[in-house]
Amino acid sequence: MDVRLKYRVVKSKLVQVLIIMLAFTITLPLLLIIIYIFKEGITEINWAFLTQIPKPVGEAGGGIANALAGSLIIVFTASVISVPIGIMGGIYFSENKNCWLSNWGQISVDVLQGVPSIVVGIVIYFWIVKPLGGFSAFSGSIALAIMMLPIIIRSTEETLKLIPSSLKEAGFALGIPYHRVILKIILPCGLSGILSGVLLSIARIAGETAPLLFTAFGNPYFSTDISKPMQSLPLLVFNYATSPYEDWHKLAWGAALILLFTVLLLNIITKLTTKKWNVQF
Amino acid sequence: MERPVLTSKKLNAYFGSVHAVKNVNIEISANNILAIMGPSGCGKTTFLRCINRLHELTPGATSNGKILLHDKNIYDMHPVFARLKIGMVFQRPNPFPNLNIFDNVIAGYKLNGLKLNKVNKERIVEDSLTKAALWKEVKDSLHKKGTFLSGGQQQRLCIARAIAMEPEVLLLDEPTSALDPVSTASIEELLHELKKNLTIIVVTHNMQQAARISDRTAFFYMGALIEYDNTKNIFTSPKDTRTQNYITGRFS
Ligand SMILES: Nc1ncnc2c1ncn2[C@@H]1O[C@H](COP(=O)(O)OP(=O)(O)O)[C@@H](O)[C@H]1O
Ligand SMILES: [Mg+2]
Repeated sequence: MDVRLKYRVVKSKLVQVLIIMLAFTITLPLLLIIIYIFKEGITEINWAFLTQIPKPVGEAGGGIANALAGSLIIVFTASVISVPIGIMGGIYFSENKNCWLSNWGQISVDVLQGVPSIVVGIVIYFWIVKPLGGFSAFSGSIALAIMMLPIIIRSTEETLKLIPSSLKEAGFALGIPYHRVILKIILPCGLSGILSGVLLSIARIAGETAPLLFTAFGNPYFSTDISKPMQSLPLLVFNYATSPYEDWHKLAWGAALILLFTVLLLNIITKLTTKKWNVQF
Repeated sequence: MERPVLTSKKLNAYFGSVHAVKNVNIEISANNILAIMGPSGCGKTTFLRCINRLHELTPGATSNGKILLHDKNIYDMHPVFARLKIGMVFQRPNPFPNLNIFDNVIAGYKLNGLKLNKVNKERIVEDSLTKAALWKEVKDSLHKKGTFLSGGQQQRLCIARAIAMEPEVLLLDEPTSALDPVSTASIEELLHELKKNLTIIVVTHNMQQAARISDRTAFFYMGALIEYDNTKNIFTSPKDTRTQNYITGRFS
């Protein structure tokens, strides 16, 4: 074989190997983190861990039931607030491409996406926590809802923009009024994309700590009252991992593992729903 | 001539400053097929979209003049009402991908929130699919998504969906341009059947098709209606030189 050709074949192989190595390097930190947290956390997890609340310092055992319930309530309330607003906003942006309100709104969404979560927390502290006179789970939900909004708006908008306009016209030509065309044709066709955006936004904020520090605040006891301070998984990890007590460190590792798996699970469910509900045009 | 079903009077349509349809006057009588032909970009689609008021949905699009359905101006009606009376089939088949075949046929009722009982639903679906010459092929797979059908079947599904609403006028915009010859033939045959109950306007790029299926033919050129006559006359003794040039293939 021609020497130059051989040289090129070798060069191409080298580049291929390099790319594979780089790809592996990227996933390596993620794998290490997962393995480490798994190793530290898995020994903690048992039935009592999931159903009991933390014991006072010095007593062994105890669990994170209050943080589990709290996270669930706070995230659920945040979703109830932000999902309808986010979807409606996404519809508005995809339907109105060139008016000033739409352009201005698009910029706001971009800016909102870039606002650090701690800033959202502070703003909610001054707008809601202070006027209401105390920390509450509800104020934490509002902070998280604000963080979810841009993700839901963007994914809804991008999904709906991909739906061919011929479907809308098919609806109009059948004498279907505008609001029904949106609700009955456009939304169902974009369901999988919208759903995956919602799930991703939940995965994204489930581990947020900063906006909850001065809103939901945390609570060593079990509480389901959203007008009172409430514990949540990230807050528990933050508070207990920075404490000087070995028992509490263990709780924090266990909670971190649960948080990690919830987020991984949400991502996997997102992938599956996208496949199952996808509408082929 | 009997009273026309559809009349356009001094109809003009614009996209911003582009004058796409220029002062078109035309009368269409019942149970006729009108073929509209003309070179690309001469305003055929735009004219059709004026008739069921889809044109005005394009940003920047305007129109003036009158379109009478019997003796009522459709521009004085609510657009939704006009579109219920005047159905449309598009160039590319566009069944609703989220609905199965059955629901696609009754989409006009379902998505409009009009309640039908089970018996009526099934009757309308069977009737419409039979009229659209699709019933035999799909009667065992009504629960399948409409998008699984072939292009020709999808287009007939779209025709079934349009006639399920029992419109008085059916508009078809180059309904066979995306289809194979066999599907094209079956749709042409179908139009012949449909005109017993309907008035049909079909845009076509294909002169043979116009000659085969239509009773009357209109020739558009650069937005204007150049000639409008019985199909036979248009093809055997066109009066305008531009029509002559077009049908002898001197431009397309
Ligand atoms: N959405 C649009 N915006 C601007 N101009 C358009 C649009 N659609 C069509 N036109 C213009 O209007 C004229 C008529 O187009 P059309 O009715 O689609 O022609 P045809 O269907 O006969 O090919 C053309 O000159 C075309 O460029
Ligand atoms: Mg056209």
